[in-house]
Amino acid sequence: MKKLATMLLAVGMSAAIAGCGGTARTTDGAAQTVSTDGSTSMEKVIGYLSEAYMAENSNAKITYNPTGSGAGIQAAAEGRCDIGLSSRDLKPEEAETLDGTVIAIDGIAMIVNPQNPVSDLTIEQIGRLYKGEISNWSEVGGSDAPVVLIGREAASGTRDGFEAITGTEGECKYTQELTSTGDVVQTVSSNPNAIGYASLASVKDSVKLLSVEGVTPSTETIQNGTYKIQRDFVFVTPKDKELSEAARAFMDYATSEAADEMIEKAGAVPVKR
Amino acid sequence: MSNLRKTADALEKAMNAVFTFCGFLAVAFVLVITAFLVISGVPAIGEIGIWDFLFGRVWASTAAEPRYGILPFILTSVYGTAGAIVIGVPVGLMCAVYLAKMSGGKSAGIVRTAVDLLSGIPSVVYGLLGMIIIVPLVREIFNLPDGANLFSAIIVLAVMILPSVISVSETAIKAVPKEYEEASLALGATKTETVFKVIVPAAKSGILTAVVLGIGRAIGEAMAVMMVSGNVANMPSLFQSVRFLTTAVASEMSYSSGLQRQALFSIALVLFVFILIINLILNLVVKRGGKNE
Repeated sequence: MKKLATMLLAVGMSAAIAGCGGTARTTDGAAQTVSTDGSTSMEKVIGYLSEAYMAENSNAKITYNPTGSGAGIQAAAEGRCDIGLSSRDLKPEEAETLDGTVIAIDGIAMIVNPQNPVSDLTIEQIGRLYKGEISNWSEVGGSDAPVVLIGREAASGTRDGFEAITGTEGECKYTQELTSTGDVVQTVSSNPNAIGYASLASVKDSVKLLSVEGVTPSTETIQNGTYKIQRDFVFVTPKDKELSEAARAFMDYATSEAADEMIEKAGAVPVKR
Repeated sequence: MSNLRKTADALEKAMNAVFTFCGFLAVAFVLVITAFLVISGVPAIGEIGIWDFLFGRVWASTAAEPRYGILPFILTSVYGTAGAIVIGVPVGLMCAVYLAKMSGGKSAGIVRTAVDLLSGIPSVVYGLLGMIIIVPLVREIFNLPDGANLFSAIIVLAVMILPSVISVSETAIKAVPKEYEEASLALGATKTETVFKVIVPAAKSGILTAVVLGIGRAIGEAMAVMMVSGNVANMPSLFQSVRFLTTAVASEMSYSSGLQRQALFSIALVLFVFILIINLILNLVVKRGGKNE
């Protein structure tokens, strides 16, 4: 019994020592930490990129704070993070002081309930649906049922991208404005008359993926631009401040060909070079 | 001996200081929150104009020409809370009567445990159940295109305020002197008559406290209503998607910037004023109740 206690104590102590070592190392490598902050839609992409990067560079540490595109851009502008993450292009007034580097493309998929017979829409039809000009599915080849429009909250990167591409900024007659992609997918899967939009990466089998103007969203169609509803994933950095060495190295990695595989794994589409 | 006493005295003094500090800490938190809300909430109201802000009917925070009218949110919060009270209070009150007067030992124990559990369920779970069960159910029963609306939110809120309504009114009912009840029964009144004509009026101030607590809980709830109300900034109507004061702040905060962000703080300030008023009313009710007895 006594022996066991001693052993436990020894194990505990060595763990504690190892723990101390660990802390010491991170303090040592504080300069190696790269903080990223922003778009929640980019979570998967950043997750895969940083995991692969950290596996290769054992002393680097990439942190990610999911706050949303607006907050990420602001954080980059205020110097609260090394790299801001935005799932929309910078606005002109933001671009005055900030640089945006596109690292990947995200396809915004149109989803409907599996019971819905409609399988293809044009961008014009989608725009008219969301503006409320088409309010019955029969007008676009579906069954005689009211259209239920599911969208994201104001200033969500996905909503911003979707409304800009379909020309419906500020005119959407949403039935529901939900605060996460998961909620959109869940709601569309439970309402037979619903239509929604979500990142291609997060679309599940519980909903039906629509083709747009005859093009089904996929890596290929997004990269070659034939699938129209797509947006950029952007790294945001301040113009007037030199990036730290570690942040520069991570950015070089993220824009290199080596990162393409990880971006694909994350469900987004790499930039075509 | 005197040394011992000295250490004891010192300890006593130190602990006194700690207690006092902790006591004032709570006050400090309230003051800091109030100051923060006023400082960050007032500028946007000034910029938008208090009339346009409080009574504007259109909220379009990200439009090319943004408009910040929060009347839809205020009315939704008021209607939603009122609806929850209309449904929740009678149910809660009768449950409290059952617990205090009608039930035998064992079944009361089961009900009370259930009520306690109900109060411990996190609001996100209420929201999730509402989203998966109530929203589709409301859609089918009322034959609507979509079930995420004010009505669904009211149902969820009504369930959420039950625990506080039940426990406070049960305490109030139990505090009614036994003689009242016995006298009423001896005069030939039935049990139901006794409950509604003697016990409930006698427990009036306690029940009012329960109602005010329920209002406080319902008006401050964000997570659950966000998941069932649809969150579109419409003027409220029972079967339309609506947005509450709380959800207006919560749903846009993470992505907001500039005046939009400041306006969200202003909404929080309005909500805070609402809560303050409710607390004042609660204090009045409790005080008056105390005087009557």
